[in-house]
Amino acid sequence: MNSNELGNITNPDYHVKTWWQRLDWKDGLYALLLAMGAVFAYSQYSQHMDAYEIGFLFGAAAALSYVGWQWRSFAKLVLAVGVISLFAIYLYHGDQARATQAFLLKYLISSQSAVMWMNVLFVLAMLVYWFALFKRSDFSGKFASALTWIAVLMGFVGLMVRWYESYLIAPDVGHIPISNLYEVFILFCLITSLLYLHYEQRFNTRQLGGFVLIIVNAAVGFILWYTFDRQAHTIQPLVPALQSYWMKIHVPANFVGYGAFSLAAMVASAYLLAKKGILASRLPSLDVLEDVMYKSIAVGFAFFTIATILGAMWAAEAWGGYWSWDPKETWALIVWLNYAAWLHLRMVKGLRGPVLAWWALVGLIVTTFAFLGVNMFLSGLHSYGEL
Amino acid sequence: MRFAVSMLSVLGIASIIGTVLKQNEPYENYIIKFGQFWFSFFEKLGLYDVYHSGWFLIILLFLVISTSLCIYRNSPLMVKEWKTFKEQATEKSLKAFSHQHTYPYASLENSQENIKQQLLAFLKAKGFTYKLKSQADGSELIAAKAGTHQRLGYIFTHAAIVIICFGGLLDGNLPFKVQEMLGHKRIETLDIPESEVPAVSRLGIHNPSFRANMTLPEGMSDNVAFVRVRDGYLVQDLPFRIALKDFRIEHYATGQPKSFESDIVITDPDLKEPITRTISVNHPLIHKGIAIYQSDFQDGGTKLSFKVWDIFAKTNQPSMLEGAIFQKGILGGGGTADKANQALKVEYNDFRKFNIINLSADGKGKPQNVGPNITYKLRDAQGQAKEYVNYMQPLQIDGKHYFISGMRETVQDDFQYLRIPVDDDFSLDGFMHFKAVMLDESKYKEIASRLAKVAVGKGKGKDSSAVQTQFEDSVVQIMRTFAMGGYNKVAQVIEKNVPEAEREMAAKTYIRMINLAAFEAYNLARTLDKKPLLVNNAQTQTLIQDSLNAFSDMFFYGAPYYLQLDQFEHKEASGLQLTKSPGQKWVYLGSTLLVLGIFAMMYIRERRIWLTLKPASQQLHFAMSSNRKNLDFEQEFNLYREQIKHLLT
Ligand code: HEM
Repeated sequence: MNSNELGNITNPDYHVKTWWQRLDWKDGLYALLLAMGAVFAYSQYSQHMDAYEIGFLFGAAAALSYVGWQWRSFAKLVLAVGVISLFAIYLYHGDQARATQAFLLKYLISSQSAVMWMNVLFVLAMLVYWFALFKRSDFSGKFASALTWIAVLMGFVGLMVRWYESYLIAPDVGHIPISNLYEVFILFCLITSLLYLHYEQRFNTRQLGGFVLIIVNAAVGFILWYTFDRQAHTIQPLVPALQSYWMKIHVPANFVGYGAFSLAAMVASAYLLAKKGILASRLPSLDVLEDVMYKSIAVGFAFFTIATILGAMWAAEAWGGYWSWDPKETWALIVWLNYAAWLHLRMVKGLRGPVLAWWALVGLIVTTFAFLGVNMFLSGLHSYGEL
Repeated sequence: MRFAVSMLSVLGIASIIGTVLKQNEPYENYIIKFGQFWFSFFEKLGLYDVYHSGWFLIILLFLVISTSLCIYRNSPLMVKEWKTFKEQATEKSLKAFSHQHTYPYASLENSQENIKQQLLAFLKAKGFTYKLKSQADGSELIAAKAGTHQRLGYIFTHAAIVIICFGGLLDGNLPFKVQEMLGHKRIETLDIPESEVPAVSRLGIHNPSFRANMTLPEGMSDNVAFVRVRDGYLVQDLPFRIALKDFRIEHYATGQPKSFESDIVITDPDLKEPITRTISVNHPLIHKGIAIYQSDFQDGGTKLSFKVWDIFAKTNQPSMLEGAIFQKGILGGGGTADKANQALKVEYNDFRKFNIINLSADGKGKPQNVGPNITYKLRDAQGQAKEYVNYMQPLQIDGKHYFISGMRETVQDDFQYLRIPVDDDFSLDGFMHFKAVMLDESKYKEIASRLAKVAVGKGKGKDSSAVQTQFEDSVVQIMRTFAMGGYNKVAQVIEKNVPEAEREMAAKTYIRMINLAAFEAYNLARTLDKKPLLVNNAQTQTLIQDSLNAFSDMFFYGAPYYLQLDQFEHKEASGLQLTKSPGQKWVYLGSTLLVLGIFAMMYIRERRIWLTLKPASQQLHFAMSSNRKNLDFEQEFNLYREQIKHLLT
C-alpha cells in the first residue's frame, strides 16, 4: 500500500492508482535521462563489455527508474550523484594527478575527499539526531536528515569517482569499487543509511536516526582507521578470481542484506530501551518499532537469499562448484538460517516482543562475524579483503 | 514448529565447526596440531571433513524429512486457503472479529442493489476478488480475498529447500560412501604411478558426479584426474584426453597477477576434430557435461643451473650443478668412503618466477616483486632433511641488498634466514672470496701484520717489535677461533679463559679486533681479485659487519653448501579442476523457487473482507482479517472503514 493513500484517510475517492498510472512528466523525464545515460555508455564502451554487463547497464537504468518512481527522494539522489560525478570526471581532464591539484577535486569531490566528507557528515548527522531526540526538536531532526542525505550523496560520488580513477591508473586496473573491504565498508554505510532514510520518510521515525547512525559511524571509524593506518584507500588491481560480472550483482545484494540486518538490530535496540521505559516518550510507539524491525529483516532476508544464490552461481563458475563449504559460504548459510528461524518464530508462532528484538541483536553479531570475522580469523577461498 | 526452529539452529551450530577447524588438510598437519590421541579421536568424529561426515548428513536428512513432512501436512491447508473465499463464515463468527464495523444505511435513494454494486466496485478497485452468497435470513454476504498467492509462497519456499538438498545430495559423495562401506571401493593412500592404481580405487567414466584435480605440465596430456578423499585419493578416468599447450600468467604493471590462462586441446574419439580453447579463472570450458576450470598452477619441471659454493672451504670458486624441479641430485661426496658418506641428496621442490613480498620494515609499504626463488631439500645419509629457500636476486632490506637463503628443519618451523651482503657489483663473489680468506689460516699472518702496522706501528723504540709480535699472535689466535665457529665460538673461548669480571671488556676488544681483521681480510681478497681497495668509511663498516654476521651465521646454516641459482629455463604446470555435477540444475531450480517463494510470502499480503448486507435491520456489517497482523493491516482496515462509510452516505 502506498503511503500517500494512507495519509489521506478522509479522501472519499477510494480508487487506487496502479504505480504506472501515478507517473507524471517528471518521472518520465527522470527515466529518459537514465535511459539516455545508459545508451551513451553503451555507445562509448560496449566493445569492452560482455553480454551480462550490457544487461546490467540497462538493467541498472531500469531498476533506478523504478525505485525512483516509487521513491521521489531517491530519484533526486540519483540525479545529483550523476551530475556531480560527471562534473568531477570533467575536472580530471583525464589526469589522475589533478585529484590533488584542482581546487574542487582536492577539497571536495575527488574520490578521497568525497569519502572524507561522507565520514564527517555521518558523524555530524548522528550528533544532531541525538540532539534532536533529547531536545524533541523537529527542526534539528530535519537538519539531521538533510545531513544524512548529503553524506549519502558524497559517499556515492566518492565511489563513482573512484571507479573512474581506477581506470586512470591503467585501463586494465579499472574496476567497480566494491572489490575490497575499504570499498564495501563505504557501500555498507550508504546502503544502511538509505534503507533507514526510506523508513524514516515512510513511517516518520526521525527519532531512530541516532540509533541507526551508531552502526554507520562504527563503519566510518573502521574506514578512517583503515585509511590512515593501512593506506587501504589506494586502488589495487583485481585478482583474477574477482574479475567477473558476478561481482557487480553479488556484492551489492549482499550489502543490502547486511545493511538491512544492521538496521533491524539498531531498531531492536531502540525497541528494547523503549520497552524498559527509557526514552519511551521520545521514541516511536513499540508497534512501529516492531514493524520497522520486521520489515527490515524481511528485506534483508530476501536480498541475502538472492546474494547467496548469486554467490553459489559465481562459485560454480570460478571455483568449479556451487557450494564448497568455504568458511565465508558457511557463515552466509548460518546467517541465513538464523534469520529464517527469526521469521518462523514471528510468522508461524506469532511471537512478538523483546525475544525477537534480542534475537535481532544477536543476529547482528552473527552477521558481523560473517562479514568481518571470517576475513579476520578464518582462512578460505574468499581471501580478498584480508585484514 | 519448535522442531523446525531447533533444526535450523542445530544445523547452524554444526556448520560452525568446519569453519573453525581447517578442513581437508593433509593428515600429518592434524597429527602435529593435536597429537596422536586427539587426532584419532577427532578423526572418528569426522571433524576433518565435517560436511561429508555421517552425522552431518543425518542432520541434513532430518531437515529434509521434517520439511517434507511439513509440506505434506500444511500444503492441503495452504491450497485450500489459496482457493477459498470463506463464504461459509457465519454471522456469529464474523461478530467475533477484532477488525469489524457496522454501518446503518437508512436512506431511501440508496437501494440495496445500488449499495451492493458500489461495494463490489470498491472491492474491485482495491484488487479483491469476491463471491456472493445469499443467506437464509435474506441478508447477502460478499466474501472477498486478495493476496492469497502468499500461500503458494509457503509451498515454493519449502519445496525449494527439499529440492536444493536433493540436488546437493546428487553431487555429494554419498554414492561413494555407500560403495566404500560395501567394500566395492577403497581409497589409495600410496604415492604410486597412476597406472598402478588398482581398479578398486578407480572411478569409471560413467561416474555421474565428481570433483577432481589434474596437474598438467606444459606440453603434456592426460586422461585421468585425481579425487582427494581424506588422506588418500581416487583416480577418475575421463572420457577424453586433455593436453596443455601453454600456461600463462599475466601481470599488472605493479607485479600482481592479472590472469591465469591455459591453452588446452581436448581430443575425444567422439569428436571429429580436437577442441582447442583457452580457459582462465572465471571462464571454464564444458565438454560432455564435465566442466574444466583453471584452478591453480605449479612448476612443471623447470630446468635449473646453480653455482655451488662450498662455504667452509678455502677455495673461492664455485662448482656447477644442473637440476630440474621434481628431480633429485647429489652434492659433494666422491673420493674416499668417508667423504661419500657426507654426500647430500638435493631434492628440487619448487621454483617460483615471481614473488610478491612486502619488504618494508613496518609492513606498510607496497608489496613488490622480488624475482625468482627456489625451494629445495638437502637430505643426509641418515635420511634427515632440511628445507631451503633461496632467492635468485638480492633483496633490499633497510636500504641494503642481501642474498637471502632460508632454512628450516620441519614444515612447522619458520624459515631462519641467512643474509649475505652483496659486493659492489651486486654479486655474491665478494663475500665468498672474503670468507675464503677468513678460513685460510695461511693468510692470517699477513692480515695480522697489516693490522699491527696500523695499530702498533706508530710506536718507536726497542719494545715495539716484541709488542708487535705479541699483537700479531693474538690476532692470528682470534681469527683462528672465529673461523672455527663465528661469534659463538669466540664467546665460548672467552667464557672458558677469562674471569667473569673481565669478560665484557674482553669481548669488546675481541670484536673490535675481529672487525679490524675482517676489514683487512676483505681488502686482501680484493687485492687477490685485482680490485680497488675499500676505503674505511661508514658504508664499508656496515658491509664488514654484515659480512661478519653472515660468516657467523653460516655455522647455523645446517649445510656446507650455498646453492646460488644461476640460470633457469621455466616450465609451468597448470592445475585444472574437473567437475561433473548433475545436481546443479536441481539446485538452481530450487533457488529460483526459493526466491519466488520468499517474495511471495513477504510481499504479498493475504487479506479477506466480508461484507454482510442486512436489509431487515438496514445494516451493513464489515469484517476484515489477515493472516499476518502487521501495522499495514491496521492502517488499511482504518482506511477501508472510513471509505466505506463515505460510500454509504
Ligand atoms: C530447512 C528448513 C526450513 C527453512 C529454510 C524454512 C524457511 C522458511 C522461510 C524462508 C519461510 C518464510 C518466512 C517468511 O514468510 O518470511 C518459512 C515459513 C514457514 N515455515 Fe519454514 N522453513 C524450514 C522448515 C520448516 C518446517 C520443518 C516447517 C514445519 C513445521 C516449516 C513451517 C513453516 C511455516 C508454517 C511457515 C509460514 C507459512 C505462512 O504462514 O505463510 N518450515 N519457512
